[in-house]
Amino acid sequence: MHITLNGDPYELDQPVTVAELLAKLEIDPRRVAIEYNLSLLKRLAFGQTILDEGDRLEIVNFVGGG
Amino acid sequence: MTDTPFVIAGRTFRSRLIVGTGKYSSHAVMAQAHEASGADMVTVAVRRVNISDRTRESLLDYIDTNRIFILPNTAGCYTADEAVRTARLGREAGLSDWVKLEVIGDERTLFPDNEALIEATRTLVREGFIVLPYTNDDPIACRKLEDAGAAAVMPLGAPIGSGLGIQNVNNIRIIREFSRVPVIVDAGVGTASDAALAMELGADGVLMNSAIAGARDPIAMASAMKHAVVAGRLAHLAGRIPRKMYATASSPVEGMVGH
Repeated sequence: MHITLNGDPYELDQPVTVAELLAKLEIDPRRVAIEYNLSLLKRLAFGQTILDEGDRLEIVNFVGGG
Repeated sequence: MTDTPFVIAGRTFRSRLIVGTGKYSSHAVMAQAHEASGADMVTVAVRRVNISDRTRESLLDYIDTNRIFILPNTAGCYTADEAVRTARLGREAGLSDWVKLEVIGDERTLFPDNEALIEATRTLVREGFIVLPYTNDDPIACRKLEDAGAAAVMPLGAPIGSGLGIQNVNNIRIIREFSRVPVIVDAGVGTASDAALAMELGADGVLMNSAIAGARDPIAMASAMKHAVVAGRLAHLAGRIPRKMYATASSPVEGMVGH
């Protein structure tokens, strides 16, 4: 199954939730914000959102800026 | 002399200097510069997490968020839609509804696209954001942003990162006179006198990143900026003397020896 993760193709062996994907990527869910198919995904929904073929996911955090 | 507090959207800040978090040689240097600046609000950018390299330490580990308020920006956005999406992500990643709104219109100058900026301001205000738009030094654009619900207006002194200082002194003065919301001079500061001038013109605050982060000694420059902002503010409140063409002696002309 293919999704687009931060603009790049990403392969998933099986359907996973956003929370499971974050755990796999070793990303602390409290430190990021996620856009799921161009809409903001609330943190509370990470555990219930199951990724599907063709989904577009943006995982962002804060970096240095002015 | 007592000053009125620096209040934006009901929130009081101790310092009228707002600083960035970009372009530092290390997070540690940034933290020391923040400390030296005395700022209690810092800007951050919202960017994709590096999926393949998770070893990089988090910016937030170097900011004491109990003491320093985080202002996410929408830097790098070229459309109102992009800026709105980025603002929403910043709100979700952060701890507040505040956003430094940037909608850029041109890559070389990084000048704002005012039309898109006003549109994005309206959208975000409707969604409950406290919007601080980065704008041109144009009093009419500032007035329109204020009408759209901006909590402050942030006219540029000069292009971002240019260090040219305030290019249109008179416009900043007019913007201050027109505005009912705080005016924060954002971008273009090169050195301490630029920040002092902004404050002398009546700005309520100054926002800068490159002038500190890019200085040979960022920590010393942060301290210089802290003092410049305080000095400029005091000078503004104290009221400068009028400019005159010719000299007026400071010492008495009576009682001169030999007269």
